[in-house]
Amino acid sequence: MRINFRAIGAIYRFEMARTFRTILQSIASPVISTTLYFIVFGSAIGKHMSAVNGVSYGAFIVPGLTMLTVLQQSVANASFGIYFPRFVGTIYEVLSAPVSYFEILVGYVGAATTKAMMVGTIILLTSCFFVPLHVDHPFWMIGFLLLTSLSFSLLGFIIGIWADGFVKLQLIPLLIITPLAFLGGAFYSIKMLPPLWQKISMANPVVYLISGFRWSFYERSDVSVQTSLLMISLFLAICILIVARIFKTGYRLKT
Amino acid sequence: MNPIIEVSHLNKIYAGGFQALKDVSLQIDKGEIFALLGPNGAGKTTLIHIICGIVNRTSGEVLVDGHDIIRDYRYTRSLIGLVPQELATDQFETVWNIVRFSRGIFDQPKNPAYLESVLKNLALWEKRKNKIMTLSGGMKRRVMIAKALAHEPQILFLDEPTAGVDVELRKSMWEQVRRLRESGVTIILTTHYIEEAEELADRIGVINHGELIVTEDKSRLMKKLGKKELNLELKAPLKAIPEALSGYQLKLSPDGLVLTLAYDSTHNESGITELLDRLKENGVSYKDIYTKQSSLEEIFVQLVHQ
Ligand SMILES: Nc1ncnc2c1ncn2[C@@H]1O[C@H](COP(=O)(O)OP(=O)(O)OP(=O)(O)O)[C@@H](O)[C@H]1O
Ligand SMILES: [Mg+2]
Repeated sequence: MRINFRAIGAIYRFEMARTFRTILQSIASPVISTTLYFIVFGSAIGKHMSAVNGVSYGAFIVPGLTMLTVLQQSVANASFGIYFPRFVGTIYEVLSAPVSYFEILVGYVGAATTKAMMVGTIILLTSCFFVPLHVDHPFWMIGFLLLTSLSFSLLGFIIGIWADGFVKLQLIPLLIITPLAFLGGAFYSIKMLPPLWQKISMANPVVYLISGFRWSFYERSDVSVQTSLLMISLFLAICILIVARIFKTGYRLKT
Repeated sequence: MNPIIEVSHLNKIYAGGFQALKDVSLQIDKGEIFALLGPNGAGKTTLIHIICGIVNRTSGEVLVDGHDIIRDYRYTRSLIGLVPQELATDQFETVWNIVRFSRGIFDQPKNPAYLESVLKNLALWEKRKNKIMTLSGGMKRRVMIAKALAHEPQILFLDEPTAGVDVELRKSMWEQVRRLRESGVTIILTTHYIEEAEELADRIGVINHGELIVTEDKSRLMKKLGKKELNLELKAPLKAIPEALSGYQLKLSPDGLVLTLAYDSTHNESGITELLDRLKENGVSYKDIYTKQSSLEEIFVQLVHQ
């Protein structure tokens, strides 16, 4: 099978150009907001919090906060990336070009993933100014970051195709992603919860992401790394299946 | 002639149940300019979008250069450029980036020199660094054309390319369309300016309520359905039509300087040669001779209201 790499490259570059054109919103705003978190929770309140699992509270929240932003960025970028051309009608060109759905996906999701990883990296670097950070397993860390960015960019892509208005485009992230992310253990260890809530939390995929990601820093986690990895892979697989289904029917892309 | 596009028994029923195309069969020859005419909502855009891969067909077959548009979509789409009816471009990008994107997504290697020539031909070269939002409506339309040409297509669909374009620009677009055809590009255009089709097209298709009601050579269509007049500009004014010519449907202009013959061009015997001989015999000499026919617009209106 021949792959239209030029098309993938064109979409990818176009999307990245959009990122750099809007560099302020794209990069600066997540960095500023997480910096505020670091100042408030890490430095100010964190001093009065006891260490979690032997990690200072300021350092404890870094992986969770990074994940939180990466999740939101992935979903926001990927959903907007594909929704916008549908909305303004420029999608006609992509549909009339000799590109497969797979190549379209790689272009858009690849760019969203890259951007999310960039933001994640910048946040981690920023956090170094506020808390003592060390990474025990850099490869795992990058792996988790990549898997998360990728699967949530896929989810964003699905949302961007499903949405038929800006309200829906914003609603899902607001109503589902943000609560899941906040309740996913960014600011606390799941083990601090009452037993019932611990059980309920296990249904939240974000718990596994944050736990695994945090493990790659401090070798401490709420669930085992293997479980984390398994759950992320499962989530990724589900997203891929949905996307495959969408492409098979041309759902919402073609009438 | 070898057809570059073959549409057979094409049907399109939209999700709501509306049938936009009814058993449309059509062949487009390589290198011709084909004008697709029809009132609003006739199905022109639907037909074009199916051929280009933007809309799914319900049933029927479309071959482009002998290849099925679904099975061999990479091949067929790489041949086609589309200027859509609606202006749709990323407002925040520059002309140059937009055009480069179009070339890339159609899997063509970089070729700045070619893109430069496209932009120059469309008088957009000066604007290449401008964002689309800073261009006028006519310029944006030309950007759409530049995008469609960016990958050097062999078939070009122009869906109402001159809507909202000023007279001068329209003429220059016609010029470009002709030049493209000369370079071997097959062109299919839709338009509501019938004189545009009359000016440009080799063949005409008329579509109404999703049905293709006519496809015909432009000249044959106009011959078949149009009325023709032969006009003779005389050297000296006549007071009356000579007796010897009374057998013809002749009219004399009030100033006696123009003789007009209405005739049916589909008849083999139009009687023109005979008439000219008779005029000579009767000592009527003329300095100019020209024919006039009913416009395509008149024919079009007549067809659609049948
Ligand atoms: N996505 C759609 N869903 C449902 N119906 C549609 C859709 N697109 C077009 N139609 C209908 O199909 C018919 C043909 O539309 P089409 O756009 O092909 O017409 P057209 O000949 O291009 O008209 P115009 O000259 O106004 O551009 C119209 O009745 C239109 O309402
Ligand atoms: Mg139309």
